[in-house]
Amino acid sequence: MDKNNLSETFFADDDRVDGLAKVTGKAKFTAEFKPAGLTHAVFVCSTIAKGAIKHMNIYEAKNAPGVIDIIYYLNCPAVPGYKPVDRIANPNARDFTGLKVFHNNMVVSNGQPIALVIADTYERAVHAASLVKVEYIKEKSETDFDKNKFNDKLLKPRPEYVRNQKDAWKNAEVFLEEEYTMPVETHNPMEMHATIAVWEGGKLTVYDKSQGPKNVQGELGRIFAIDEKNVQVITEFVGGAFGSSLRSWPHVHAAVIATKKLNRPVKVTLNREQMFTMVGYRPQCWQKIGIGASKDGKLTGIAHHAVSNTSSYEDFTEGISSVSQYLYDCPNVFTTYKILPLDINTPTWMRGPGPGTGCFALESALDELSYKLNIDPIELRLINNAEVHPQSKLPWTTKFLKECYALGKEKIGWHKRPTTPGSLKEDGMLVGYGMAVGVFGAGRNPATAKGILKNDGTLLLQSAVSDMGPGTSTAMVKIGSEQMGLEEKKVRFELGDTDFPTGPTQGGSGSATAVGSAVIAVCDAIKLSLKEIAIESIAGFKNVKPENIKYEAGKLIAANNVSIHFMDLLKETGKPEVQVSKSSSSFAQRDKYATNSFSVHFVKLHVHPVTGVIKLKHMVSAADAGKIISEKTARSQMVGGAVGGIGMAMTEESLIDHRYGRYINSNFVDYHVPVHADVPPMDIVFPNQPDYIISPTGAKGIGEIALVGVAPAILNAVYNATGKRVRDLPVTPDKLI
Amino acid sequence: MITLNINKKTYDVDVDPETPLLWVLRDNLNLVGAKYGCGLAQCGACVVHLNGEAVRSCVTKVSRAVGQKVVTIEGLSEKGDHPLQKAWIELDVVQCGYCQAGQIMSAAVLLRENKNPTDADIDDAMAGNICRCGTYLRIRHAIKLAAENQRKGK
Repeated sequence: MDKNNLSETFFADDDRVDGLAKVTGKAKFTAEFKPAGLTHAVFVCSTIAKGAIKHMNIYEAKNAPGVIDIIYYLNCPAVPGYKPVDRIANPNARDFTGLKVFHNNMVVSNGQPIALVIADTYERAVHAASLVKVEYIKEKSETDFDKNKFNDKLLKPRPEYVRNQKDAWKNAEVFLEEEYTMPVETHNPMEMHATIAVWEGGKLTVYDKSQGPKNVQGELGRIFAIDEKNVQVITEFVGGAFGSSLRSWPHVHAAVIATKKLNRPVKVTLNREQMFTMVGYRPQCWQKIGIGASKDGKLTGIAHHAVSNTSSYEDFTEGISSVSQYLYDCPNVFTTYKILPLDINTPTWMRGPGPGTGCFALESALDELSYKLNIDPIELRLINNAEVHPQSKLPWTTKFLKECYALGKEKIGWHKRPTTPGSLKEDGMLVGYGMAVGVFGAGRNPATAKGILKNDGTLLLQSAVSDMGPGTSTAMVKIGSEQMGLEEKKVRFELGDTDFPTGPTQGGSGSATAVGSAVIAVCDAIKLSLKEIAIESIAGFKNVKPENIKYEAGKLIAANNVSIHFMDLLKETGKPEVQVSKSSSSFAQRDKYATNSFSVHFVKLHVHPVTGVIKLKHMVSAADAGKIISEKTARSQMVGGAVGGIGMAMTEESLIDHRYGRYINSNFVDYHVPVHADVPPMDIVFPNQPDYIISPTGAKGIGEIALVGVAPAILNAVYNATGKRVRDLPVTPDKLI
Repeated sequence: MITLNINKKTYDVDVDPETPLLWVLRDNLNLVGAKYGCGLAQCGACVVHLNGEAVRSCVTKVSRAVGQKVVTIEGLSEKGDHPLQKAWIELDVVQCGYCQAGQIMSAAVLLRENKNPTDADIDDAMAGNICRCGTYLRIRHAIKLAAENQRKGK
């Protein structure tokens, strides 16, 4: 395939609204705000995984040039929200479960922040931090997942799921049972996490790299006992996050502690090593799947077991084995999930959380089964396509998974796939084709937006969401422009400020449906206001009912063909603008429908027969994401997810030296993320079928299904090329020779 | 006091000569287009031009820039209309945008030296620039588009 073929898909006139700001260096990210008197702070982190600080000598550091203060457990002001909650006085309150920064001398993970050095420049803070000397009382730590993954004394089981028989797969005509493992993966957005906190006159202003400014506002209000209305969180641009900014981590609290103690603005910036130990990661996971089918390919039973790690102080869970409950129509399903606490920091959601891990195992197992059955892998999936949700028996709001198979199969050239693994060569390289399915929950969260339609013909929209890269502003501008019949350049969407109406946390592929629905509600309300103004003030509209007035391309049109443009209407009635705030609710029909978005990923690759080096040749992703609101940004999202999937499949692995419980590859040289040369030509195809049951936007969400299923598609193609089944990610060349 | 020529302007800054150029740009001069992504010359987010060559400002002592011409993304073009910037917008290259200044500054050197880069040329020249949103494919395409427009004199 010619790489230039992409031009036909990428050339379209719907540019990203912040594109210019982002290619000229003008987009302002968190660490780039400069309140007057700003100080710079960095962490000193623990170098043991478990124990206590016996003594911390800060003398030399405190006297280093430019140092303003050093905050650690002995001098840290009490944080109200770190105290256990009085459950009698506040029955609904929950204890804060995250890491209580500088709360006491306990060490619960290697790399835990134990002191904050605040200086007049970043360089001086970094230098001084290196001078802090710590003595520990060390305890034996346990960070080895593989050693403990079956240790029932440590494991915390989650509720089991049983549909009919647990072990039906064992009695099937054709069956297999295999184990699949995945290492820790680290989000590693390019922008380092940072927080600037400013405490002034009883008001807290926080610039934060966050996926949910409202969430941070609420949390900081609770933790520091400040009325929420006196907490403002600003998140103008986010340099990637992929889940790592879904909650506020110790550095956010530390910045607030410091600004309150010093009465000066404090900026806390993490370094790359700290990005591995402080802001979450995708947990390590072991899975076992037993799967059985009749000779003609009908699934009879699936047993899917998963164990993933958490920290010693918080229980982090995600829906890993649960994908087997609903992805295919199967009468007998048994799933279990247990979490293993280790002496490392708490994991968190990372792009495609749950199904991203679960589909790796399920979609690999299904591929293995297809060879045993001698049935084409797509055909096997079609035979077992779930027409309704297999557990609830509810219909899906929309499901265009079959269309995705057909579209993707055509684009990748599936007919060229060898049915015997290892039998096809091109230019001396083994050729393989593979595919796998991705799935994620769809839905609609509540959101509020404000709209200001001005008599100069512009529309300003606002909501307190953030945009970590998908192009939320662009999509909202598109919706606003379509609703109001305005050119896109006349519409502006402002976000990233808690002074705006409440928006959802950006995550789980939910921004477009939630905020988009609020924007539509706002536009509907603006149109109604305009109609009411016309009825009230314009002769030809007198006594006309609002429902008998049409709104088209900025014009109000009554049945008698009297019409007026809203700009003229506002000018004639002396109104500079119409301002409306509206909320849209969460998806209410959960008891009537199943809601998911789906994707199918296809891969063609080469494997060097001697060295085992894999070269991806072509990838195709087909996504049932509902209506595509902004085609360019939607395609970019899909491509980005596929690149993330390449990392998951082939390169990414955070490694711990268990003697010290410390990551040994916490940098970009040793933790391999995909780079330019790793990425093959890609095609993105969308059935583009709106889902108006979930929301009036028609969208279902893209961010997660872009990644979920990519890794197994690559692994399945590797098997097709080589006949070697790799069940332990990532598939590095050593596993193929 | 150190005197620097950045984007054709002269700046006097009071910093230690050992300070990485990146921090002088970002913290002292408020030129924040060059980004902090690793501090170890491993990611390329901080790339600026020193006498026309791409350098990683996070490991470049500010003293090395004295008497040299520094160009950052803010000075690559006057109105964001460098052929690469235009191609970047046309093809929706950016997502979060954080690494893109470094990507564009690296690509600008490639494009000056090689009027018609192949995929392999691009992969080689851009090997030191990481993007976590996965914009690589569009970067490759945008460099080719910019090269084509440059050849056509657009």
